[in-house]
Amino acid sequence: MNALLALLMRDIRLSTRVGGGALMGALFFLILVVMMPFALGPDLALLGRIGPATLWLGALLASLLALDRLFATDYEDGSLDLLMMGRMPLELAVATKAVAHWLTTALPLVIITPILGLMLNVELSAMGWLALTLLAGTPALTFIGLIGAALSVTLRRGGLLLAVLVLPLTIPVLIFGVAAANAAIAGPAPFGPPFTIVCALSLGSLVLGPFAAAAALRHGLE
Amino acid sequence: MQIRGENLSCSRGGRGVFAGLNFSLSSGEALLVTGRNGAGKSSLLRMIAGLICISAGQVEVTGGAEDAPLAEQTHYLGHQDALKPSLSVAENLGFWAAYFGALPDAVEPALEAVDLAGLADLPAAYLSAGQRRRLAIARLIAAPRPLWLLDEPTSALDEPSQKRLAELMRGHLAGGGMIIAAAHGPIGLDRAREIKLGQS
Repeated sequence: MNALLALLMRDIRLSTRVGGGALMGALFFLILVVMMPFALGPDLALLGRIGPATLWLGALLASLLALDRLFATDYEDGSLDLLMMGRMPLELAVATKAVAHWLTTALPLVIITPILGLMLNVELSAMGWLALTLLAGTPALTFIGLIGAALSVTLRRGGLLLAVLVLPLTIPVLIFGVAAANAAIAGPAPFGPPFTIVCALSLGSLVLGPFAAAAALRHGLE
Repeated sequence: MQIRGENLSCSRGGRGVFAGLNFSLSSGEALLVTGRNGAGKSSLLRMIAGLICISAGQVEVTGGAEDAPLAEQTHYLGHQDALKPSLSVAENLGFWAAYFGALPDAVEPALEAVDLAGLADLPAAYLSAGQRRRLAIARLIAAPRPLWLLDEPTSALDEPSQKRLAELMRGHLAGGGMIIAAAHGPIGLDRAREIKLGQS
């Protein structure tokens, strides 16, 4: 338990200090959403219609940004060897790192979503629901990305490969996340079914992600 | 506690590195692994640490904490120091100590043992190569584990630090610990047995 807390606190500290990149994702997200109205023009109805999709796509890309460093830094400085020799199962250590990553990169995205929604003319009443879909869906993005990060750990420039590996796997999350957000804003389809599927995808990847990532790491270090 | 390696073979990238290696080690003993570059010294240590697969043969452990795998009773001091530049000296050591199940009050004595207590609050980015090495060694002191695997432990260390390391190693052996070290020269262990890799 102490080891788990120590690892969680270390990763949170590392990403919030200089060069950690905790806020990089949120900044990228901000820039992407701010650019959107400039590209599309001042058509408020259009912005409102594509608002949820834009926010989801932005969150998806932003959450990928720092993911390639999740294991790469530990691999390069020898920490990964030692992490494998702890009393904690590697699966648990990997999951802990993913939780720390989610807390420092994905949670800020969820928090600033309501503010960014304003720029895309998303109704105020729907903003909370939209943020809720992201809160439910981003764990799936992190834990699916975890597998990609573990697979590309030994590659010097694994970032691009990571995106190519991970993005197709996140399509279901994107579809149901945007569907739930649209249902909350415009209807007439109910919010419940797509939202529960997003939750299910998150829970599923929460279980599968760490096992797949730990297996990939063990194999990668050979 | 006793460790026996029987008929160990190692191949890396499809190329055989060594084969048919036997060794045995009991509590309080040290083993010095020597050999030319590429003879498989580091590979042997990583194999015992469980970081790479054993191609053939086996490593047997008797005594000690029976239920724990060997990797969890082992400290591995590799070429890299596993330090984070943005964390302070004390934070770096504190993390590894906690991760390996030591109590928080083990950190300060360990820093004193490697003469880094005065730099506890300095970010590790500012440490010299030798100081980084000493901080890595402090990890072995903070969280006691019976087997130390040291890969060229004296690299980057100045003479006083080498002497201090030798003292720490002797203390570890006197307490019933075991050491397997890979090195090119003497590392200050007088009664260490030696196995030479790469002679066939």
